Amino acid sequence: MASKLIDEYFREDHLPHIWCAGCGHGILMRDVAQAVHNLGLDKDRVVLVSGIGCSSRAAGYMDFNTMHTTHGRALAFATGVKMARPELEVICIMGDGDASAIGGNHLIHAARRNIGITAIIFNNDIYGMTGGQYSPTTPYGEKGTTAPYGNIDRPFDIVKVAEAAGATYTARGTAYDAVRTTKLIEEGIRHKGFSVIECASICPTYYGRKNKKGSAVDMYRWQKENSVSVEKAKGMTEEELKGKLIVGEISRSEFPELTEQYQKIIEKVQGK
Amino acid sequence: MKQMKLMQGNEACVEGAIAAGCRFYAGYPITPSAEIAEGCAVRMPQVGGKFIQMEDEIASCAAAIGASAAGVKSMTATSGPGFSLKQENLGYACLTEIPFVLVDVQRAGPSTGLPTSPSQGDVMQARWGTHGDHPAIALSPSTVEECYTLCIKCFNLAEKYRTPVIFLMDEIVGHLRENVEIPEEGEFEIVNRTVPASPAEAGPAYACKNGSLIPEMAPFGHGQRYNVTGLIHAADGFPTNSTEIADAQVKRLVAKIEENLDDILAWEETDLEDAEVCILCYGGTARSAQSAVEALRAEGIRAGIFRPITLWPFPGKRLEEISRKVKKVLVAEHNNGQILLEAERVIKNNCRIDFIGKVDGTVITPDEIVRKVKEA
Repeated sequence: MASKLIDEYFREDHLPHIWCAGCGHGILMRDVAQAVHNLGLDKDRVVLVSGIGCSSRAAGYMDFNTMHTTHGRALAFATGVKMARPELEVICIMGDGDASAIGGNHLIHAARRNIGITAIIFNNDIYGMTGGQYSPTTPYGEKGTTAPYGNIDRPFDIVKVAEAAGATYTARGTAYDAVRTTKLIEEGIRHKGFSVIECASICPTYYGRKNKKGSAVDMYRWQKENSVSVEKAKGMTEEELKGKLIVGEISRSEFPELTEQYQKIIEKVQGK
Repeated sequence: MKQMKLMQGNEACVEGAIAAGCRFYAGYPITPSAEIAEGCAVRMPQVGGKFIQMEDEIASCAAAIGASAAGVKSMTATSGPGFSLKQENLGYACLTEIPFVLVDVQRAGPSTGLPTSPSQGDVMQARWGTHGDHPAIALSPSTVEECYTLCIKCFNLAEKYRTPVIFLMDEIVGHLRENVEIPEEGEFEIVNRTVPASPAEAGPAYACKNGSLIPEMAPFGHGQRYNVTGLIHAADGFPTNSTEIADAQVKRLVAKIEENLDDILAWEETDLEDAEVCILCYGGTARSAQSAVEALRAEGIRAGIFRPITLWPFPGKRLEEISRKVKKVLVAEHNNGQILLEAERVIKNNCRIDFIGKVDGTVITPDEIVRKVKEA
């Protein structure tokens, strides 16, 4: 199955990828391909937009219309693509720094508009490409090259931010649980409005090493042992959920999709 | 029948864009370009186009580029600090060769400066504002009619050369109202990017065919599933660290402009045939210069005007020729001396160079130009 996916959805000339051994991004990229495959989307109609960072390199490897843009701006470029050609399926792959620091404003406004874009965030809790600086999702107290004495910033919960800003579908998956994560991405793409799927990745090279998290295998084991499904989390206290990853579909709501609303304006103005 | 219409410069820019085929506008509110966004909000859906007010200037530039990548001619407009914020993605469009038009209705700076006052302080930023070596095309209108006609030209140049084009307006022409003769459809040229006939015939996304310096461009959804990146890339569109490719790519981007100067350069000469004094000016400043020349000629002083319409690339060769025939060139601009640097570069010691500039947010008056010309 995996090799079939590679044949169909990857640009083999541009593989192997540049990610470090053990990195979670490769698994998540595969999940995206699997989700597109499961939905039976026409590759010619899929536009994959990424920002800058480790995650953003996924765009170059995948056989769609791909746009590797500027740091944090993937959603802004994608907004132009989707507004101009609403019939295209627009997917953004971003990193945690990309989506929630430099691109945080674009994230909340894409959510607020409920534009039909699927935002997939490969969250490894660190700036990997630049060598391990702390990001807006680095847990409190953890270390990065720019937080040598421990991070004193409170981390963002990207899903909560997106939901509060108006995203009509939010979910969280992990690199460990590829089956579940694929389903969540699939649902996100199928969803008509703005969807956000936060995918917990791992960075054994920087985050893991700086914070003594062991090997990549240890870090995936941690994801496995600390993932709590949305259903199970409902019966747990805040204290019990501390440090856990709540996985599954987090929220879903209704609001008209932006490009459909705009089409109605065009029709009204043109008197159709 | 030709239509005459009283229009504001910013309004004329909107109508020119629509006439050029622009069907996407993304912007963020800022003075003195806000009427362009307001105009597009009204007009775009009327012509089946799209308008979106983005969360910031950076995003609106990005959205315009995204729309163009999807095959729709696009524009964004801004002023002052907004122009600084556009620079990031302007460079992205230069390297990825995605055409769009970036309008900058200049206002007095630096920083927030004098938000409602005229200036021409962004001339050098239009050339060098985004980092790295890159091509630049910037046009400057002097009349409301030119806000219309040159906006069409901006789109044509962007499409033809696959590059962003800056429409460097200023507050004077942006907020001016005068009669515009609206050309009829078919009276002006419309250039569209060259799209590969089919995905099968497309070849590598950034390969130049038949000695051209400009690759064809397929819109997303066309079937040629290619990669766009702001990293230095090979002809196939994928990143490379090859020093040879990097060198060739950056040099081609510059060469596609520099080797087509005959097609791109535009300027206007007024009363220069017998002139002993040449006033070098552009945009709103040229309006004062026109009155000054009339006054000077009434006094028997043979003055004329050289008005670059393309500030970038700069019509330096023609200015150099003129500078050999006149006694002096007076550079008049609403800044502290930006095109002056270009004038000095090309004129060298051919003739005397004088300068009149303003950075106080007021306009250079015809009288001030007259006095400066008369200075011994």
